[in-house]
Amino acid sequence: MIDRIASLGRTGIDLVLSFGRAGRFLAGVLSGVPRPVTGFPLLMKQLYSVGVLSLAIIVVSGLFIGMVLGLQGYTILSDFGSEAAIGQMIALTLVRELGPVVTALLFAGRAGSALTAEIGLMKATEQLSSMEMMGVDPLRRVIAPRLWAGFIAMPVLAVIFSMVGIWGGMLVGVEWLGVFEGSYWGNMQASVDFRDDVINGVIKSVVFGFVCAWIAVYQGYDCVPTSAGISSATTKTVVYSSLAVLGLDFVLTAVMFGNF
Amino acid sequence: MNQRTTDITVGLFMLAGLAALLFLALQVSGLSPKSAESTYVVYADFNDTGGLTPRGRVSMAGVTIGSIDSIRLNKETFQARVAMSIHSDVDNIPADSAAVIRTSGLLGEQYIDISIGGEMESLKPGDTFYSTQSAMNIERLISNFASGK
Repeated sequence: MIDRIASLGRTGIDLVLSFGRAGRFLAGVLSGVPRPVTGFPLLMKQLYSVGVLSLAIIVVSGLFIGMVLGLQGYTILSDFGSEAAIGQMIALTLVRELGPVVTALLFAGRAGSALTAEIGLMKATEQLSSMEMMGVDPLRRVIAPRLWAGFIAMPVLAVIFSMVGIWGGMLVGVEWLGVFEGSYWGNMQASVDFRDDVINGVIKSVVFGFVCAWIAVYQGYDCVPTSAGISSATTKTVVYSSLAVLGLDFVLTAVMFGNF
Repeated sequence: MNQRTTDITVGLFMLAGLAALLFLALQVSGLSPKSAESTYVVYADFNDTGGLTPRGRVSMAGVTIGSIDSIRLNKETFQARVAMSIHSDVDNIPADSAAVIRTSGLLGEQYIDISIGGEMESLKPGDTFYSTQSAMNIERLISNFASGK
């Protein structure tokens, strides 16, 4: 009995401890601002692997999600004879919710896990500690470019996702199901506001990008340097990122769109 | 892959993001550079604005000539005071015109339609519409019908 209570306490302390370590880690990374000349090529390389290489999955899923929204929206809305509102429905769902959230989830699976595995393997093969031996700060050289790359790439990916989704919705709604194109765009423009909807969606994706990249690099940096440790850290990255994104999404939505 | 190719691909990626944001701004949210075009504000007091919302359209003979800026409660008269900005090239609205709240379609959004009066003088910036007609309220309509008024 006492053991159980003790283990409960230990779990709690471990949890707080890992939060504290993650916070200190973040402070360490952010205080080491990348040097403009040497840091820039590193950042570019990470932006390429995190952002450009994620483009394919983002574009394809954006297209299909937009097309599914178009189909589902049409079936529901045509019951009320208001299938012209399909553009408004697709645009608002994508720009406000699905764009940032689905991009973040895909990003955690596609790029976050790769970041964790890469950094974890660097730690397991003692590349990080040998860098320290050579007087190179691994936080600045390895971690910071990856964190910034995730932070920068996510909003770009989310915006592209929304655009492709809206185009996919038009493909189904207008080209296939025969909604009048003028009312597709007209209803959309009347109901989507640039500052309230588009900018709030971008803010969401900035927050998600930061959280996902932070979790991914921290899990890699903090993993147990064995093959089992790396695999569990990769799993944790995906699970924690997804949970954090969905939880934060609720909070951000309540703050941004809940008028109470 | 050498540094130059990486830089160029990342540059293209960022440009694609920028283009997508521009698309969302211009095509999706209808944020046109023209909307900053000069407008003037006129007011109308309604007893009931129904489901009227800011950014809704103001039309005359079915043509959009402006948009709704704000809807506030006038605490002295307990009426809703609607501010709307009208494109400044439409500067000859007769002063005795009426602002009417209408619904587009059966379930569509509500908008303000200006039904034209006959006065020679026209509305100036900051003027208030002389007569208004509030939103049609189906419940009130039914209760009036039921009570035989």
